Amino acid sequence: MRRWLLPTLLLAALIGAWQVAASSGAISGALHLEDFLVPSPSEIAASLWENRSLLADNAWVTLKEVLLGFCCALVAGLAFAIALHLFETLRRAAYPLLVASQTIPIVVIAPILVVWFGYGIGPKLGIVALICFFPITVNVLDGLRSVDPDAIKMMRTLSASRRQTFLRVEAPTALPYAFSGAKIAVAVAVIGAVFGEWAGSSSGLGHLMLQDNAQLETARLFASVVVLAAIAIALFGLLALAERRVVTWR
Amino acid sequence: MRQDTKMPASTGEFATQSALPATDEAPGVAVSIRGLRHSYGELRTIERLDLAIEAHGVLGLVGPSGCGKSTLLELIAGLLEPDGGEIELGGESDAGGRLARCAYMPQRDLLLPWFSAIDNAALALRNGGAGRAEARREAGALFERFGLAGFERSRPAQLSGGMRQRVAFLRTLLSGKSVLALDEPFASLDAITRAEMQGWLAAALGADPRTVVLVTHDVEEALYLSDRVAVLSARPARIVAELLPPAPRAPDRDAAVTDPEFVAVRERAMLALKEGTA
Repeated sequence: MRRWLLPTLLLAALIGAWQVAASSGAISGALHLEDFLVPSPSEIAASLWENRSLLADNAWVTLKEVLLGFCCALVAGLAFAIALHLFETLRRAAYPLLVASQTIPIVVIAPILVVWFGYGIGPKLGIVALICFFPITVNVLDGLRSVDPDAIKMMRTLSASRRQTFLRVEAPTALPYAFSGAKIAVAVAVIGAVFGEWAGSSSGLGHLMLQDNAQLETARLFASVVVLAAIAIALFGLLALAERRVVTWR
Repeated sequence: MRQDTKMPASTGEFATQSALPATDEAPGVAVSIRGLRHSYGELRTIERLDLAIEAHGVLGLVGPSGCGKSTLLELIAGLLEPDGGEIELGGESDAGGRLARCAYMPQRDLLLPWFSAIDNAALALRNGGAGRAEARREAGALFERFGLAGFERSRPAQLSGGMRQRVAFLRTLLSGKSVLALDEPFASLDAITRAEMQGWLAAALGADPRTVVLVTHDVEEALYLSDRVAVLSARPARIVAELLPPAPRAPDRDAAVTDPEFVAVRERAMLALKEGTA
């Protein structure tokens, strides 16, 4: 628990400083803004409580997009990484493209997906999956390629088939890498879902944020951000917990 | 790391009949190497090497570091193909046939950290199609004799160096192959554990005779464990001397290695090594 102490203290200090700066009017004064445009943490907390059912409804929409998109990316990423690992030619052909594809800004793709697939959940899933796919694939592939060549030799002399070597040596070696990839993916998945909703949607926290921005509901805007962060942290924590339960040999 | 448990090496437990599956080895020459040549590109590792090992004989190979000893083992085990010459293991000379007949124990124990000691030991049985329970039963029956009783469920990280090496050796034995290629099996152990493990291996081979090719840079280890020791030159490897140790795998290791005759043979081996390196 000691390792939580310092980050908690720092966070409390930052929130406290923000509270003092915002409620005293120091920030709004310096920026020449109306006071209500710069909500203090206590105002955000109040907004969280007052809008709890609205936030929960929209959070549920966004959470669904994140979870489904993440799961699609997980399945596709694992399958693609294993295929790249097993087929040398495919890896040489596809890997550079995979890396290069990361220079395409996802913000640009989001509106196109909305044009193609409409305002439903489809484009959001697409964005989240696209954003999650890369860290999962690259990490799993790195893991599979980090296998000790001597362990493969050892398995050959113990008459292992290709499948047995994969299941007993390569897959367990890659498992911690897969968890690392998944943890990175789940953190960016939430950002992906918000981008997807900004490009076109009728519900979700991203949608709510756009509305609140237009209506200068800044306290509720921040409340949405808090909920989004909580979702990302909770999912990350769940994966870290699962990793501890599964990867018991580290 | 836990402390080593007492090993059954000197208690004569190995004198009992083996619980291991018998190998199908016919008497006569088990390993025969003729005119072997191998190189990695321009780097010639082995040149015109001839060797023969009787069934259930132990051949020790000593040589300077980087002389191609490990390459020779990989060639014998069927992990590599020679550039010329022939390696025959019980009548099989192609790589697949050699792989089927030879179990290779690498320098590092290479225990899989995600498996318990018993599942590591039973790896070859599982690869051979045995179910988990059956494989564990078969491997578990040998844990006591290998000084590993009570550590069946331990992960490799919880075992001492000597215990890890014994699990690795058990894994090699349980592959049921007639030829064992051991690549510096005790190099990573401290001197006392290494001496204990040598005595232990001697007893283990007494109970379960196998044809063994033992590569080591420890001359004393080779002379104690082997029926015959070949001294290799620096790369490209060729045999510069063959020595017959006075009392292979004698029950009392400490007495055996201080015997004047043993010491004399060791001096000759050291001299041959020095000449081979020059």
